[in-house]
Amino acid sequence: MPRTRIEGGRVIDVNDEGFLTEYEQWDEDLARTLAGYAGIDELTDEHWKVLHFLRGDFPERKETATLRRASVVGGFPMKELFRLFPGKPAKKMSYIAGLPKPKGCV
Amino acid sequence: MRRLLILGGGTAGTMVANKLRAAHPASELSITVVDRDNEHHYQPGYLFLPFGTYDTGKITKPRRKYLPNDVDLVLGEIDRINVGDKTVALLDGRTLSWDTLIVATGVEPRPDLTPGADSEDVHHFYDLPGAVALREAIREFRGGRLVVHLTDLPIKCPVAPLEFIFLADGFFRERGSRHKVELVYVTPLDAAFTKPVASRELGSMFTDREIALEADFAVERVDTESKELVSYDDRRVPYDLLVSIPLNLGAEYVARSGLGDELNLVPCDKHTMQADAHSDIFMLGDGGTLPTSKAGSVAHFSVDIFMENWPHYLTGEPLPHSFDGHANCFIETGLGKGMLLDFNYGTEPYTGKFPLPVVGPMTLLGESRANHLAKLAFRWVYWEFLLKGRPLPFTTDMMLLGKRVEGDASGLTVTDWARRKLPVGTKN
Repeated sequence: MPRTRIEGGRVIDVNDEGFLTEYEQWDEDLARTLAGYAGIDELTDEHWKVLHFLRGDFPERKETATLRRASVVGGFPMKELFRLFPGKPAKKMSYIAGLPKPKGCV
Repeated sequence: MRRLLILGGGTAGTMVANKLRAAHPASELSITVVDRDNEHHYQPGYLFLPFGTYDTGKITKPRRKYLPNDVDLVLGEIDRINVGDKTVALLDGRTLSWDTLIVATGVEPRPDLTPGADSEDVHHFYDLPGAVALREAIREFRGGRLVVHLTDLPIKCPVAPLEFIFLADGFFRERGSRHKVELVYVTPLDAAFTKPVASRELGSMFTDREIALEADFAVERVDTESKELVSYDDRRVPYDLLVSIPLNLGAEYVARSGLGDELNLVPCDKHTMQADAHSDIFMLGDGGTLPTSKAGSVAHFSVDIFMENWPHYLTGEPLPHSFDGHANCFIETGLGKGMLLDFNYGTEPYTGKFPLPVVGPMTLLGESRANHLAKLAFRWVYWEFLLKGRPLPFTTDMMLLGKRVEGDASGLTVTDWARRKLPVGTKN
């Protein structure tokens, strides 16, 4: 599993696509850095609510919440998720929250 | 005498009824299976039906025929599970009591949950009427844009949408009409193949077959007037023939019982299948929250683990055996070829060979004629061996024998596997 050094000298473990592989290495500073890499300059309260929902949901389910789960269980309307994480919300949300991207079986 | 109630007489419910009856005579354990009808479907056959490979007679049989005589089959719609007094109420007013409950009612396609997707012009092959209607639509299709769309995960047999588009490609090539058909695959994921090894090995299958890909597509509705799929970020994919795999949900009675999550799936332990809600409820088949594929192979392998744990459960001990998420599946790639995938919670699908006794080595994650024939032969294995609980030439724990291991492998080695199969204290 590759390790990488991000801005400020911090070392994190990521997979080949840059997704964090160690749940415990995540903190809000890291989220801000990853958000910048994903093209989101500022994380607002609305962003944080989504990210904390995803972080809280993962340990129990062992899978990153789908957009649908975030919408139904987390209460974030789908259009909101597209506004907050433009283009590819499922991928951007999981990337910034330090969780695996949603994937199929192949 | 212990009363066991099994909700659902499909793949998982029928297998576990047969295995438990073989382990206990009726004087020790009463077994009752509840289902809404007496028609058992070979669900993998739905994929082939639209292309005329199977007729409906080959994929439907009476459920009763596959259950032992001293297992009761109750036909009726389930109203709810009452965990408090350990009963299940049926909509017709009957009440069934249980000491142990196995929930095996799986998931079902719900086109009604996406606006427009339940129109007659929108097709899928996730139940028998849907597959039959799609066969007619394909027969009448004179060319144009065929769109295969996956609404969201999880779905049963998650590779089936990919298989469908590969089969469609082969189908139109064989008829000499492929040049009149544009094939488009639309997925909410970021690619057709989302795992690194599969993506590297199989990534070219779309370009080789001239299939266009529209990724990261979260569908909001189907506009049946303009014949377009519409996403939440206002992208539009026009179609002439649309095959849209609906959202898959657990049964509605699960929601009425207050046991389900947002998809009516019942949260359960991923190693023992024991429901979080009660230690006397087990989730077998697709209706639980195991983070692996919803597939017959998973039902089969997890029922094996359930049976290993069963004697310990009866004596109230902790459950020592742990399901590893093992799944394997044959994937149709069109024109008489197929691939075999094999993976578990911790491993990627590998390349290499699967050492299947008798039948011979199967190519993993690569196309071969043998894999296609094995998939067709599996229908016979399903009716004659799997449902009846007769042993198959597969192991439940995933082995790495014959596989090229790479990446973040954490599957069992052969030695680990052998060690786990031996009694504690045995040296090996």
